[in-house]
Amino acid sequence: MSRLEILKTYKIYIGGKFPRTESGRFYTPKNGDKALGNICLSSRKDFRNAVVAARSAFGKWSGATAYNRSQVLYRIAEMLEGRRAQFVEEIILQGSKKAEAEKEVNTSIDRIIYYAGWCDKYSQIFSAVNPVATSHFNFTAPEPTGVVSVFAPEENSLIGLVSSVMPIIASGNTCVVLACENMPLCAVTFAEVLNSSDVPGGVINLLTGKRSELLEHMASHMDVNAFLYTGTDKKEMEAIQKLGVANLKRIQLKDFSKIYSSEHETPYYIEDFLEMKTTWHPIEKIGATGSGY
Amino acid sequence: MNKIKQGFDFSSSPKVDQVGINDRIARITARSIKKESKMQGLRMALNMIDLTTLEGADTDKKVMQLCNKAQHLHDSYPNLPSVAAVCVYPNFVKTAKECLKGSGINVASVATAFPSGHSSLKIKLLDTNIAVDAGAEEIDMVISRGKFHEGDYNFVYDEIAAIKEACGSSRLKVILETGELGTFDKVRRASDIAMEAGADFIKTSTGKISPAATLPVTLVMLEAIKDYYYKTGVQVGMKPAGGISNSKLALQYLMLVKETLGKDWLTNEWFRFGASSLANDLLMQIIKQDTGIYQSKDYFSKD
Amino acid sequence: MAKKTIKINFDTGWDLAPAPESTGHIQINNKYDLFIGGKWVKPSSGKYFETTNPADEQKLALIAEANAKDVDKAVKAARKAYDTVWSKMPAKERGKYIYRIARLIQEKAREFAVIETLDGGKPIRESRDIDIPLAAAHFFYYAGWADKLEYAFPNRKPKSLGVAGQITPWNFPLLMAAWKIAPALATGNTVVLKPAETTSLTALKLAEVIKETGLPDGVVNIVTGAGETGAAIVNHNDIDKIAFTGSTGVGKIIQNAIAGTNKKATLELGGKAANIIFEDAPLDQAVEGIINGIFFNQGHVCCAGSRLFIQESVYDIVIRKLKDRMESLIIGNPLDKNTDVGAINSKEQLTTINKYIKIGKEEGAEIYQPNCALPKNGYWCKPTLFTGVSQSSRIVQEEIFGPVLAIQTFRTVAEVIDKANNTPFGLSAGVWTDKGSKMFNVTSQLNAGIVWGNTYNKFDPTSPFGGYKESGFGREGGLHGLKAYLKF
Repeated sequence: MSRLEILKTYKIYIGGKFPRTESGRFYTPKNGDKALGNICLSSRKDFRNAVVAARSAFGKWSGATAYNRSQVLYRIAEMLEGRRAQFVEEIILQGSKKAEAEKEVNTSIDRIIYYAGWCDKYSQIFSAVNPVATSHFNFTAPEPTGVVSVFAPEENSLIGLVSSVMPIIASGNTCVVLACENMPLCAVTFAEVLNSSDVPGGVINLLTGKRSELLEHMASHMDVNAFLYTGTDKKEMEAIQKLGVANLKRIQLKDFSKIYSSEHETPYYIEDFLEMKTTWHPIEKIGATGSGY
Repeated sequence: MNKIKQGFDFSSSPKVDQVGINDRIARITARSIKKESKMQGLRMALNMIDLTTLEGADTDKKVMQLCNKAQHLHDSYPNLPSVAAVCVYPNFVKTAKECLKGSGINVASVATAFPSGHSSLKIKLLDTNIAVDAGAEEIDMVISRGKFHEGDYNFVYDEIAAIKEACGSSRLKVILETGELGTFDKVRRASDIAMEAGADFIKTSTGKISPAATLPVTLVMLEAIKDYYYKTGVQVGMKPAGGISNSKLALQYLMLVKETLGKDWLTNEWFRFGASSLANDLLMQIIKQDTGIYQSKDYFSKD
Repeated sequence: MAKKTIKINFDTGWDLAPAPESTGHIQINNKYDLFIGGKWVKPSSGKYFETTNPADEQKLALIAEANAKDVDKAVKAARKAYDTVWSKMPAKERGKYIYRIARLIQEKAREFAVIETLDGGKPIRESRDIDIPLAAAHFFYYAGWADKLEYAFPNRKPKSLGVAGQITPWNFPLLMAAWKIAPALATGNTVVLKPAETTSLTALKLAEVIKETGLPDGVVNIVTGAGETGAAIVNHNDIDKIAFTGSTGVGKIIQNAIAGTNKKATLELGGKAANIIFEDAPLDQAVEGIINGIFFNQGHVCCAGSRLFIQESVYDIVIRKLKDRMESLIIGNPLDKNTDVGAINSKEQLTTINKYIKIGKEEGAEIYQPNCALPKNGYWCKPTLFTGVSQSSRIVQEEIFGPVLAIQTFRTVAEVIDKANNTPFGLSAGVWTDKGSKMFNVTSQLNAGIVWGNTYNKFDPTSPFGGYKESGFGREGGLHGLKAYLKF
């Protein structure tokens, strides 16, 4: 008699833990006729909890050294590499051909490495020492925006998720991501990768479910500072923009359909979720040429 | 004698930010002082001058000439205020005293191994006694800058306290020689030491070192005076000296006093200019204000 | 000597004689039309409104009121100029026009300063020494960027957006126009600008200067009017970019209006900045910074240091110094060169400020105002301190936009950072300490776009300005100010 296979339970990922949705609801995305599994249909309360987790993780993550964040991102890539077979399998299960699946996993790993490299460099290219006309030292340097809501791309599973989330966390932001609705398997498995790498709990929170249910809450939450929307649905975009007005969310609308294009490897994606802080301080002028007191 | 000030840590004097001081001075120098307020200011300034001669080449006759000038600033123009004092070396106090008898103009004398201050306390006290005995109403001492830089604040304090005692009823002006102190923080610290030790006035400079008085350094000292006044209720006077040669600058100094310490300091009891050529410039400006005609130096006596 | 009452007497009996800046050489027309396509155009409605001097309530001029039709005309002129001339002009030439504007502002600086003061009520010292020189400097700075944009954005190809709709506030009329127009032109965009309705004059003077520079017709269009005119700009289909400086309330209306469109936006909105005084600060300079932080331009400054936090150990001395310093402030005729605090910009604003002063009293806060006489006519408010307030007071939470300071105390670094960040705003902050490591700790933890350490209310064209959170987004000034007017 053949061995009975153990089926995987796909849960959501909040604050470094894998709870089931508090709502108890699930949905069953399919590849053709084949059910992919019972996936948590996250509720607004799951989202609320995820924001709390993301906010409480923000201080430590944004306060970590750039070198440390860089190593943590690199570690994600390492862990993903170690579990590549599982991801390939899941991507195939979701409907891709083997070659496509391998390309997706490879590119995802490389993309994480790409952003890992930026962690301790982006601030150098976005900063400035400004030559003001008074006797002050004046510099502008970026800081992370805060907590970001993310709609991961619907067109793909792993590569879209990685491409949207890595630039956000590279600078110290934390996020709550709604995974691809119809191909969520990799997202949940990716959460396991995150959990087994050194990413602190709450830095990336992953929900599964429906955009239509969560859009309103993810765009309106007053403790969310920014929103990354990937897609092209005009109605969704306008709704997010309008809902984001209440606390002036920084809203980025991106078309991630050509996800393999090198345009998705750019420090400017990091810049999208940065705030520029300019600091002034007097420079005493004693002992310099022409100085005196 | 040893009068260490217990429980006072001079190294913890309030901090001063130079750029902020300069910003404040920029506001002061932007003040427009015109018409009657200018006239009032010019006369006030004239009345605050310590007419000074402190040269190696000073002689009795030179001192007499200066004293004459002090009493006859510009006799063709009536009702001028007189200067506050004539400031000389101790050995000329007697001469100055005689010349100025009955004029109401004080004699001030530098003392304490002026200008370097490098001598023993014994000599400094003797120097002071000679000037006081000769009748100097005001003594301008110098602090020991070397000891100050070494961090021996108690030494500096004790010395000032000792001289103060030797002054008796004469008023003591303590010269910090700010041009040798190096930073505003140190100017502030030296001001605090001088006031705590009993200075009646604090004074910027000997006139022998550049920079001498400046508006920024004067503001630092005025703020020290203000804090001391807040703390003790005791008024301490201020005397910028050296480099103040024109009326506009003098008016800016007075504006600084007006906006920092107010009315009580706008009198020659509490504010002095250590200067020599300033008097004639003030006179020229006063007459210009009065007549509307620009003046020439050739019409004002130079002593 | 005997102890006197320890109080500094600022009633010196040496008062400054009036020193009014001359208005003899100032040219203000009776009536101003709209500046569209390089020409002065009558408003299609035929309507004009008065602009008055808030210091004496006297009428200065009539200003045209632009409606949607006029705005459309202006946008068409801007589009035509963009398509036919400005986007095709070599960047170097573009830059040279902007340099010309900078130079002409410098040449006419005195005239600009006097008009700014007449129209807005700010002290001539400020318009002469700050507003106008900074406006010229801003044009000068961005002029040089015109042909160097590629160097600002590594590995990218910057392209202009098209037509920028710009709406400026009444607190720094010419300076804000410069902040908007200079980077827009340098990056190759054309402009439709609406100045605030109470202070249109210097923008209209700027239009005259622009005409004098020979800038191609339609590159800069100035339409005057109030909220409706602004709405017509925001809602116009052919505008690619909205740049707005003003209240957070209006900023949100704009952001809502442009949702679903392709318009880019920069919003410079309100603030409620914390100005933090530690016990080891250079206290006398800190007091000066407090004064400059809240009474500069009558407190009509979005980045005003309106929430003061004083460490408890130095609270008494700082308050005492602050009150004494306030006694030497000169309040009155804005045209007088010695005036420190001028007139409140408008009757409406005075009403708002007075409302908050009333709220402060009702909340039980203790009020302090210096002894000073206010002129009979015009809109005036004494510099005002409120002590005994807390984070839950409305005067601590809401932007007053006037010379009103709410003062709180704190004990520890952690406490003050917490309180400073406890606001939906995030424009600016001030920190005063002589200790470097503490300074950098606090400046890095404050959620604000501009942090002044041991100084306050300093501005420079090279220094980016803009907020966190509800204080808006996008930066103006510096290299970072270019991005808002470019696509890649």
